[in-house]
Amino acid sequence: MALTQSKWGMAERTLEPAILEVRDLTVHYHTSRGAVQAVNAVSFDIREHERFGLVGESGSGKSTIALALLRLIRPPGRIENGRVVLDGVDLLALDDEAMRKMRLAKVALVAQGAMNSLNPVARIRAQLRDALQDHDVELSPKALDKRIKELLDSVGLRREVAYMFPHELSGGMKQRVCIAIAISLRPKLIIADEPTSALDVVVQRQVMDTLLTVSEELGASILLIGHDMGLMAQVADRVGIMYAGNFVEVSPSSGLFREPLHPYSQLLINSLPSLESKGRLQGIPGLPPSLLDRPTGCAFRTRCPRAFDRCVTEEPLLREAQPDRWVSCHLY
Amino acid sequence: MSELLEVRHATKVFGGGRLFRKRAGMVALDDFSLAVQSEPPTITAIVGESGSGKTTIARLLLGLTSPTSGEVLYRGNNIQSLTREKRLQYLRDVQVIFQDPYEVYNPFYKVDHVLKTPITEFRLATSTQEAQRLMEETLNAVGLRPEETLGRHPHQLSGGQRQRIMVARALLIQPRLIIADEPVSMVDASLRATILESLRLLHLQFGISMLYITHDLTTAYQISQNIIVLYKGEVAEAGDVDLVVKTPQHPYTQLLIDSIPAIDPSKTWKKEKLVGDPSARVSTAAQGCKFADRCPYVMDICRNEAPPLFRTDEGRAAACFLYRDRPQLGGSDMNQVLGTHALAVPEGAGRVVA
Repeated sequence: MALTQSKWGMAERTLEPAILEVRDLTVHYHTSRGAVQAVNAVSFDIREHERFGLVGESGSGKSTIALALLRLIRPPGRIENGRVVLDGVDLLALDDEAMRKMRLAKVALVAQGAMNSLNPVARIRAQLRDALQDHDVELSPKALDKRIKELLDSVGLRREVAYMFPHELSGGMKQRVCIAIAISLRPKLIIADEPTSALDVVVQRQVMDTLLTVSEELGASILLIGHDMGLMAQVADRVGIMYAGNFVEVSPSSGLFREPLHPYSQLLINSLPSLESKGRLQGIPGLPPSLLDRPTGCAFRTRCPRAFDRCVTEEPLLREAQPDRWVSCHLY
Repeated sequence: MSELLEVRHATKVFGGGRLFRKRAGMVALDDFSLAVQSEPPTITAIVGESGSGKTTIARLLLGLTSPTSGEVLYRGNNIQSLTREKRLQYLRDVQVIFQDPYEVYNPFYKVDHVLKTPITEFRLATSTQEAQRLMEETLNAVGLRPEETLGRHPHQLSGGQRQRIMVARALLIQPRLIIADEPVSMVDASLRATILESLRLLHLQFGISMLYITHDLTTAYQISQNIIVLYKGEVAEAGDVDLVVKTPQHPYTQLLIDSIPAIDPSKTWKKEKLVGDPSARVSTAAQGCKFADRCPYVMDICRNEAPPLFRTDEGRAAACFLYRDRPQLGGSDMNQVLGTHALAVPEGAGRVVA
C-alpha cells in the first residue's frame, strides 16, 4: 500500500480499497421516440486517494454518470438499474433527505460552469456559510469566520474575497470559490465535471493545481470528467474511456497513453494534435451511433477499422487484458 | 499593392464614459497592424487567451466593428466606406467561419439554405441543377456525403457536420481569405482533427489564405505557418510557427506553452509560481509592459515603457525588453517576420476522411 506520492507523478496504488463502487449502473432518458440508453450497465471502482479520469465524446454518457452518482438525474431521465456504493453506503437505496445530506458531506460536485452557479447577489461569505449551515454545521460567528478563512486559504484566495460578490472575481477565482464550497464538509469523493473547460490554459493549470492540492490534503478521491486528454494524462491515475454509454477501456494512464489497447482509444489518442511533431491530422471516420437504437454487438464496430464478424453478433464485455488494464474488445 | 486586407494601427477601446463620467475604457486592441496578402496563400494563426483581442481583430477585418483609431483597408480602400461594387467584391473575397456551429443556423430552414443563399446572391449557378451539383461538390470537398446532409434541418446534424457545412459554404464562394474564429473549439476531439484537415486541404488545393483565430496553441501549431501571440490587445510574439512554439522567447509565450498539459503522462506539467492575477483589467492608463506584473524577468524599464517589437530572428519578433539589443521593428512592420513560404504538402494529403 505504499503511496509513492508525487503531486503530478503516477502513484502506484495497487491495493487501495475502493471508496466508490459502481455496478451495472444504467440510466435511460425516456423520450417520445423511445428510451435513450445514455449509460448502459457501467461498472467501475474508484480507489481511496485515487484520481480517476472519465473521458469520452459529447453524448458518451460521462456527465450522466456524474449526475447519477449524485442522484441528480431529472425526468425524463431515470436510473433504471445498478448499485452505487460510496464509503459503504448504497446511495440508490437512500431516501431523498438522506441523499441530500450525503451530497457535499460525502460527495461533492464541481461542475463545468460552476462559476456561473454562484448566487450573483450574495457575497462569497454567505454562500460558504449557507453550505455549512444547510448540513447542520453549527458554528459560532467567530468559528465560522475562522472556517471560511481556512477554506479560502486552502484554495489560494485572499480572505477579502469573502466579502466580495461573484462579479468582482475572475473566472478562475470563481471556480476556486466553488472548490472551496465543494471541500467545505470534507467529502470523500469530489466529482469534477470539466472543471476547467471554460478557463484559459494558464488559469486552468492554477485551478487544477488547487483542486489536486486540496483533495490531497483531505485525502479525497477525485472523479475527473472531461475530454481534454492532455489534462487526463497529467492528472489522472487511471482513466476510463467511454463510448456510447459504456467503457471501452479502463487503464492506468501511464499504460493507456503509451499503448492504448482498444481501437477507439488508439484512434482517439492518435487524433490529438501535439506540440511535439507536425503531421497529417487524422480524425475518426464516422459518427457515434444513436443511443435510441444501438447497433447489435459492439457499439464501435461501425467506425472500427479492425471490426470482424464476431463484433456484429456479440457485445464485448470489459475484461482484464493485461494486469489492471480492462478492455471491452473481441481482439483481446 | 498586393495586400488583400490590411489593419493599420488599429486600436479598439470599449466603454469609457465620455459624456457623463470620465473613465478609462477597456483596451481590447492596442495599435495593431497586420497585412494579409492573398498571394502566396498562407495560414496565419492568431493565438491568445480570452480578452487578448483576437476576436476583436476578426470583427475588425469583417467590418463588424470599426476601430476607435486606425483603419482597416480592403485592397487599399477603407472597409467602412466601400462602394457597393467593392463591397460585393469584398464579401466574395473574405469569408468567415464562426465558433458556434449551433447558433449560425436558422432552425426553421433546412441546411441547404445556407448553401443556396450565396449561390443566389453571387449568381454562382445558372440553373437549379447546376446549383445542386455545386452544393454536392463542395460538400464532398469537406468530406460530407451530400445525401446525408442536404434536405435536413440543423438539429438533425451533429456539431461536426454543421461546422463542416460552414466550411463548405465558405468554400462555395471561392474566397481569397477565410477568417476562422475558433472553428473547432466546440467540436469533439475525434472530429476536430477532421475539420482542421479539411481547412488545410482547402488552403492547399484552392490556394485560400487563412486567418486561424484560436486559444489553442496546439492546433495553431499544426495547421499554420505563421503565428501571432496576443496578450491583452498587444502582440507579444510573432513569426514562424516552428520558431515560436519550439523556442518561445517572450516570457508570456513561454508561460502559455508550459501550461499546456502534455498528452504524455511521463512529461510532467511544469509548475511555476505565478505572480499577479491573470485576469486583472487593463485600462488605457496602464503604462509599460502589460505582462510586467506576471513576468518572472521583469526589469525597471518594463514598468515605465511599453516594449516595441524586437526582431530576434530572421522570421520572428518579440515585444520584450529582454531582447532590446536586437533591431527594433516599427509597429506596422510585423509582416517582415511573417514568412510567406507556401505550406509543404504533407504525405497522404488530397483526401478528406469523411
